[in-house]
Amino acid sequence: MQRIGVFVCHCGTNIAGTVDVKAVAEALGREPSVVTSVDYQYMCSESGQNLIKDAIRDYKLTGVVVCSCSPRMHENTFRKAAAAAGLNPYMVEIANIREQCSWIHKDVAEATEKAIILGRAAIAKVQLNAPLVAGESPVIKRALVIGGGIAGIQTALDIADAGFEVDIVEKQPTIGGKMTQLDKTFPTLDCAACILTPKMVECAQNELINIYSYSEVDAVSGFVGNFSVKIRKKARYVDETKCTGCGLCTEKCPQKKVPNEFNLGMDNRRAVYIPFAQAVPKVATIDADYCTMLKTGKCGVCSKVCTAGAINYKQTDEIVERQYGAIVVATGFNPIKVDKYDEYAYGQSKDVITSLEFERLTNAAGPTSGKLLRPSDGKHPHKIVFIQCVGSRCTPEKGKSYCSKICCMYTAKHAMLTREKYPDTEVYVFYIDVRTPGKNFDEFYRRATEEYGVHYIKGMVGKVSPKADGTLEVQASDLIMNEQLRIDADLVVLAAAIEPDKSARPLATMLTASMDTNDFFTEAHPKLRPVESPTAGIFLSGACQGPKDIPETVSQAGAAAAKVIGLLAKNKLTCNPCVAHSDELLCNGCSQCANVCPYGAITYIEKEFVMPDRSKKIRRVASVNPAVCQGCGACTVTCPSGAMDLHGFSNRQIMAEVDAICK
Amino acid sequence: MENKTGMKEQILRMSGAAVQKCMRCGKCSGTCPSYDEMEYHPHEFVYMVEKGDVEKLLKSESVYKCLTCFACVERCPRGVEPAKVIEAVRLEAIREQGRNHLKPDQIPELLDEETPGQLLMMALRKYAK
Ligand SMILES: Cc1cc2nc3c(=O)[nH]c(=O)nc-3n(C[C@H](O)[C@H](O)[C@H](O)COP(=O)(O)OP(=O)(O)OC[C@H]3O[C@@H](n4cnc5c(N)ncnc54)[C@H](O)[C@@H]3O)c2cc1C
Ligand code: SF4
Ligand code: SF4
Ligand code: SF4
Ligand code: SF4
Repeated sequence: MQRIGVFVCHCGTNIAGTVDVKAVAEALGREPSVVTSVDYQYMCSESGQNLIKDAIRDYKLTGVVVCSCSPRMHENTFRKAAAAAGLNPYMVEIANIREQCSWIHKDVAEATEKAIILGRAAIAKVQLNAPLVAGESPVIKRALVIGGGIAGIQTALDIADAGFEVDIVEKQPTIGGKMTQLDKTFPTLDCAACILTPKMVECAQNELINIYSYSEVDAVSGFVGNFSVKIRKKARYVDETKCTGCGLCTEKCPQKKVPNEFNLGMDNRRAVYIPFAQAVPKVATIDADYCTMLKTGKCGVCSKVCTAGAINYKQTDEIVERQYGAIVVATGFNPIKVDKYDEYAYGQSKDVITSLEFERLTNAAGPTSGKLLRPSDGKHPHKIVFIQCVGSRCTPEKGKSYCSKICCMYTAKHAMLTREKYPDTEVYVFYIDVRTPGKNFDEFYRRATEEYGVHYIKGMVGKVSPKADGTLEVQASDLIMNEQLRIDADLVVLAAAIEPDKSARPLATMLTASMDTNDFFTEAHPKLRPVESPTAGIFLSGACQGPKDIPETVSQAGAAAAKVIGLLAKNKLTCNPCVAHSDELLCNGCSQCANVCPYGAITYIEKEFVMPDRSKKIRRVASVNPAVCQGCGACTVTCPSGAMDLHGFSNRQIMAEVDAICK
Repeated sequence: MENKTGMKEQILRMSGAAVQKCMRCGKCSGTCPSYDEMEYHPHEFVYMVEKGDVEKLLKSESVYKCLTCFACVERCPRGVEPAKVIEAVRLEAIREQGRNHLKPDQIPELLDEETPGQLLMMALRKYAK
């Protein structure tokens, strides 16, 4: 027979305003096994907790029911209080009479009656509670960072700085991400390469950081503190350990007509290439789609010129399996494809470009060596029109529903830099509204108009029409003047919306990490846990979580690292004891539970049983890994034999609650 | 005021357009080939109908300047369908005239053998209700 104490909280007027708390305490005091039942203003306060602790000692309580707010709020508080008074913390149950009662009802009599019923159900459950002991699992002191953009780089550097090993998996031949393609960066206009390259080099030189470039994650298993990850090192047909990065092969390769993705296809590279001079690792990669040797077996020039003997046409993908305590997702973003917006004529004219292409056209290492020239005829443009919000802030049919956040600022940057370098060029920016919150951001944008004479026009471009003389007629509305404009531009730049990398969705599935409808990774709490995924041990860094500029990316990267360090600093993790277990005598080995388990916690074992006639029999039964099980309960409702049950939420307990409610 | 909202609701119902989704970007007006002919432009139609400010639109020649080319509908990033709003205002203007000038039972006496069928249809459409 249990000895149960009931504690009814007023939560100020949050509960007491709608529920007659005294009546609830009184009614629940009459329930079987209840030896004390009291109410108090704030149960979660120090003195409220002391009330519970004292009662546990004075009445020798074996179970506690707190009628208060949602267990998400204070279950832990009350469990800790119980443990401090010597009671097993899992003998505490919460009846949620705030979110599920006082907040949603108006009528006091009704709300009070419901609160009593909810309390009764909790008492019925506690009657069947058994003390549970949380297990422990070890923490592997190494982190994995997926994606080697500025986000992944900063997270890896910060984790390594705390003394932990980090691996970076980057799918491109080099780390660096989008920032390697940028020219100067707002709001301070420092050159992207100048601030990024040192960090890339630091990653390569840090003994605790290991870079898997040109690699992808193939499979993930395990759980927080103990993930096992299969990494596919894609064949680059160059032995990374031998290649010195001299680049001789990339000069001699006769296959010269390969679109250069680093310059967004605006020039060509060879079939064997190093993306750019500061690449890390500085190792050549052979593009199998274009290499004549790999396609026809004839050529082999690169292998002949390579003095290091690094070329290996027989290389195949290699799978490495490594263990990690924590995983950070830093897979970043890409600009969307803009060809579907016919009205902007992106597919029709070479002189309609995206903002990222504009970055390459102004970058000294770009296809024009930094001279701003029209892609069509290589002439200097005298009139440029920038169009903001292309594909952002749309209905789902038209594009992305969100504001891409970075384009107002980089467009101001592009406009300003153009006017600074080419004062003879007229610059127009069409905007819906200019969004520049951020330190020194609005000042930056104001400089574009006030100091550099950029024409900002409130209104959207309706149509861009390529004309016979090679100019582009831009037809737009000026909402302030209430007139329609026609501008003959030499170059049109589209500030394309950004979206998460296409590989993010399959990766999220592998990690059982959740995403929003736009495929951005979801944080555990939008305000209070912004760098953690709801899945334990998975952390988020950079633009994979939402549109972000570099300053924001770097702060989030550091925050994610701090969370990882906090985890890796622990030797052991306390597990949740409310996990599933199978009754082996009832289990018939049907596999249905394993099929529904979202965490892969269930396996099958062959076990010897002694039958009633004393004969021995080997049977296949389900076995739950308590460290992996998250206690979701999917298996318990699926099991046709009723063999699966959850500790702390057993079928009997749930039924007892239902009975109490229906009484 | 009541009449004002009544008219607005009527136009919204007829057009099926979601004027409240408009973000005032002006792309419809940036697109419109009839822009210079109009006193009120596509984005103004959307905004004024949303505000219930329909009288001015009904009286304006602009309702007849729209070519119903649907370029604005095609390009509006928010799926507002300005041309359908204009179409509905136009229909409303025609109906208003019906109320003020002709009654349905006046139509037969105006007909003669030469009246083309199409005109008959127009007459019914314009003067119905
Ligand atoms: C035109 C333009 C101009 C900009 N100008 C500025 C500016 O002036 N100032 C500023 O602050 N910001 C600017 N930005 C924003 C800036 O680029 C981003 O804030 C920054 O790049 C975000 O970094 P990230 O690491 O999160 O993403 P990314 O830079 O996209 O890096 C992600 C990395 O992850 C890799 N990856 C993706 N998926 C996988 C996978 N499945 N497995 C392994 N690797 C993967 C990618 O290859 C990439 O290397 C600009 C952006 C654009 C488009
Ligand atoms: S940041 Fe500016 S340009 Fe980009 S989507 Fe938002 S409002 Fe439009
Ligand atoms: S409770 Fe959920 S997580 Fe645990 S074994 Fe069952 S299905 Fe898997
Ligand atoms: S294009 Fe659409 S959203 Fe933009 S002003 Fe016109 S109706 Fe409004
Ligand atoms: S449908 Fe009418 S309002 Fe819309 S773009 Fe065509 S002419 Fe202009």
